[in-house]
Parts: sequence; C-alpha cells; structure tokens
Amino acid sequence: MRITQLAQWVAAIPALLVALTISDQAMAASELNSGDTAWILTATALVLFMTLPGLALFYGGLVRARNVLSVLMHCFAVACLASVAWLLVVYSLAFGDGGAYQPYIGGLGKAFLSGVGPDSMFGTIPESVFFMFQMTFAIITPALIVGAFPERIRFSGVLLFSLLWLVLVYAPAAHWVWGGGWLAEMGVMDFAGGIVVHTTAGISALVLVLVLGPRRGFPKEIRPPHNPGMTVAGACMLWVGWFGFNAGSALAADGSAGMAMLVTHISAAVASLAWAAIEWAKFGKPSVIGIVTGAIAGLASITPASGFVGPLGAVVIGLSAGVICQWFTSWIKLRLKIDDSLDVFAVHGVGGILGTLLAAFFAAKSLGGLGLPEGVTMSDQFVVQLIGVASVAIFSGVVTWIIAKVVAITVGLRVSEEEEIDGLDISGHGERGYDLT
Amino acid sequence: MKMIVAILQPHRLETVREALASVGVHGMTASEAQGYGRQGGHKEIYRGAEYEIHFVPKVKIEVAVSDNDEDRAVEAIQTAAQTGRIGDGKIFVMDLSRAVRIRTGEVGEEAL
Repeated sequence: MRITQLAQWVAAIPALLVALTISDQAMAASELNSGDTAWILTATALVLFMTLPGLALFYGGLVRARNVLSVLMHCFAVACLASVAWLLVVYSLAFGDGGAYQPYIGGLGKAFLSGVGPDSMFGTIPESVFFMFQMTFAIITPALIVGAFPERIRFSGVLLFSLLWLVLVYAPAAHWVWGGGWLAEMGVMDFAGGIVVHTTAGISALVLVLVLGPRRGFPKEIRPPHNPGMTVAGACMLWVGWFGFNAGSALAADGSAGMAMLVTHISAAVASLAWAAIEWAKFGKPSVIGIVTGAIAGLASITPASGFVGPLGAVVIGLSAGVICQWFTSWIKLRLKIDDSLDVFAVHGVGGILGTLLAAFFAAKSLGGLGLPEGVTMSDQFVVQLIGVASVAIFSGVVTWIIAKVVAITVGLRVSEEEEIDGLDISGHGERGYDLT
Repeated sequence: MKMIVAILQPHRLETVREALASVGVHGMTASEAQGYGRQGGHKEIYRGAEYEIHFVPKVKIEVAVSDNDEDRAVEAIQTAAQTGRIGDGKIFVMDLSRAVRIRTGEVGEEAL
C-alpha cells in the first residue's frame, strides 16, 4: 500500500515539474517586463537630474551673486532630506494601503520599505524601481518651492518646512490622486503631476511667502538675476529631464510614453516662442530669461495632460502657458506685490492648474486626444478636474500656512536683516560663490 | 609725465587700445569697473519686472604717458571711445610724479 502510494507520487513528479515551469514562465511574462523596467530606471535618472543640478542651476542664476550657493544648497539638501523621508514614511503614506482610511491617506505598512524585496512587483516593474521613480517626484516638488523664498530664509527653516510639508501635504495629495485615494476614485486625470507636483508646490510657495514676507527692499531695490547663463543651462536640463518625468509616468515603454514625450516637447517649444514673442512686442526685446521661463511654463502645463492629449492639445496648452503664466508673473509681483521671488506660483502653479483643466477637453478623441473614459463627457471630466485642483489647492494652502507658522515659532523662518544684507552664502554657509573683491 | 584714467563703455576697450597703439602709446592697465555719471544708471527688464541698475558695468583704463604724448593720447581715447550716446564715459588726466620700471630700475619717461 505504501509502495503504491510512493509510486503514484513519483509518477506525478514530472507532471508537477512541468506545471511549475509553465506557471513560472506565465508569471514572468505577465509580471516583469524588462523593456518597461529599463525605461523607468532611465526615467528615474532623468527626473533626479531635473533637480540635481537642473532646478538648482535654473534657480541659482536668478538670485543675486551673494546668494547663489544658498540656493544650490537648498535644492541639494532638500533632495537628500526628501529621499530619507520617502524611505521612512512618505512612500508608505502615499502608496501604501490605508485600510479604512484608504480614500485619504496610505498606511504605514510600507514604512522603511518593510516587506518589499527584490521580487516585489508594481505592475510590470519591480517595486524598488517604482519607489525610486516616485521618489524623484517627491524630491523635485519641495525643491520647486525653494524658488519662492530665496535670499532671506533660514536654512534650518528650509529643512523643517520641507520635511513637514512632504509628510503633511505631498503624501496625502499624492495618495489622493495616484495612490488610490478619493480623487483617483472620482476619475481625476493627472498624468505626471499637474495637481500632485505643480499645484501643491505653486500654492504652497505663495502661502509660504505671505508668512515669510518679501525680500528687503522689494519691489524697488531688488537686484536682477546675477547669471542668466546659469539659468539657461538649468532650464535646458529641466527640459530634457522632463522627458523622464512625463514619458516615465506611463510606467511603461509603450505608445502612451512616446506620445507623452512628443506632446511634452511640443508644448515646451510653443510656450517658449509665445513667451518671447510677447516680450518682444511689449518691451521691444525678447530675453533669454523670458524664452527659457516660457519653456518651463509649457513643461509644467503639459505635465498633467501629457499621457492624454495629442499634438493639437500640446500646441494649445503650450500657447496658453506662454501667455497666461507670463501674465501671472507680472500680476503677482507688480500688482499684488507678493515676493514669490522666482515666480513658482505663476510658472508652476498656474501652469499645472491650466494643464489639468485643459486636459479635460484635449483628452477627447474629437480634439486629437487619446480619449476620455467610456461615457464621460468633456464637461463631466472638467468638473472632476476642477474638484481635483481646487481641493488640493485649498488643502495645500491651509496646511502650508500652519506648517509655516510652526516653523516660524520653532526654528525660525527668516534670517536677521544683517544676514540678509551680507547674503546667505556667507552668513548661512560660510562660503562665497565668486571671488569678488 | 601724466597719468590718464579713462572710464569707457566695455565694448569700446579694443578700439581704444588700437587707437592708442596707433599714436605710439604702448602699455595700459584695464580693469572692470562699475559706476554711474549724470545718466544715473539704467533699467533692465527680467520676466516683465523693471530693475533699476545704479552701477553700470564699465571698463577703467590707466595709461601713463610723457608730457608730449598727453594730447595725442587723450584725443585718441576720446575719438575711439565715442559712440555719441549717454554713458560713453570720462577721461581724467593727472600729473605723474614718478615712474619706475621694476625689472631694470629705470626711472621717469625711460620707464614708461
């Protein structure tokens, strides 16, 4: 009897082995896609390059010479801090399972990447790759806010603000839109971060400077950009890196990624030309700072729409970015007299909002897009987009105001007047950007 | 001997150097400078905002010449540096009491 059983088992072994092999192959085919994985690995590097050094140089050239190092330092330090925070809790809060609170925030189940190993998958790519790709977004978003407060903020204030902001603003917003939260359930379309990245950063920039106050002498005695060439170099790196940002957000190496890259490029080109043309007509000269600012506005604006719209959408979104973002730079600074120093709200906030709203129309097949979901009309989608932008904007603004107040009364937000006059390079870091006499 | 100090538009430096060389004045010191005169600076526009630039970039040259060369040198500089627009700069001439060539120890006009 025992021998018969054994014989039956032995006879079954080859069949079992075959079954195992087949299911192994089947799983491998449906899970890890090496093309997708290779592209997202590459895109991750491109997006990190946007912050280090792209954004740092873009911003660094726009401040006066005595503050250039402090701006590079802000971008660099925020990148490091965001990476550690991402690993500790922010990734889990954004993309972990929130259980009963899933509509609002992820859980702590993936804090310090617990339970995530080399074999863990996210769609067709390893979760480690998804973690890294998304981390570069969490890096650049608080780094964008650096443009609002240069030349007067305390370094410890930058660190504490950025840390609290990532946990309390970025993690929930990313969860709502990308982590399966309530806006995702509602069907909001934000391909690469018009809401999650640009609306949060833009609104928070504006609110933070209301608490922080303007630079000494604003607006009459402010110095012009000290190194426009540095700004141009940074803007070019941002443009190239943005291919990873938008085309990478397809999370696949496919036609959607290709189209995202195409519309990203066209929008940037159109916005650059539009910005420069307006300056030419208005002031008699098209400036290089203007044309590259136009590019960044066009890139921010196409971000939420990039995987949904076609070339027509790209041209219209780029054109609106060049015109509307430019109008807002003057309106915020000259009319409202708010010293959002490097125009984070006007360029990123307005751009991100604009693209998010326009995506509702240009995603439609009739306007050359890749198509809205079955049974959803443009106006349905527009209402969802509006709810998405407005709720995240209000949430970002309120929480940023509270964080700014907390930072102001704890480590302090602003340097002394003397430190501001000396410049943050010497007073904050003991270094000089240039060996001037 | 005279010391000529001239404040120039930066883009005229090369023309002025050639003009001085053509009247037989060899040697000058040039440095980047910032300043303003009667025009009181100028305005630049970045991202639609006007910036008041009080100190305008200039080049300062210093030329030591013999008394005989003074008029020719000043005239050469003035002609070569002139664009006819505001901000062309100034020329100042001072008496020079002593000059020494460090390498040889020559003094006076020999040292120029």
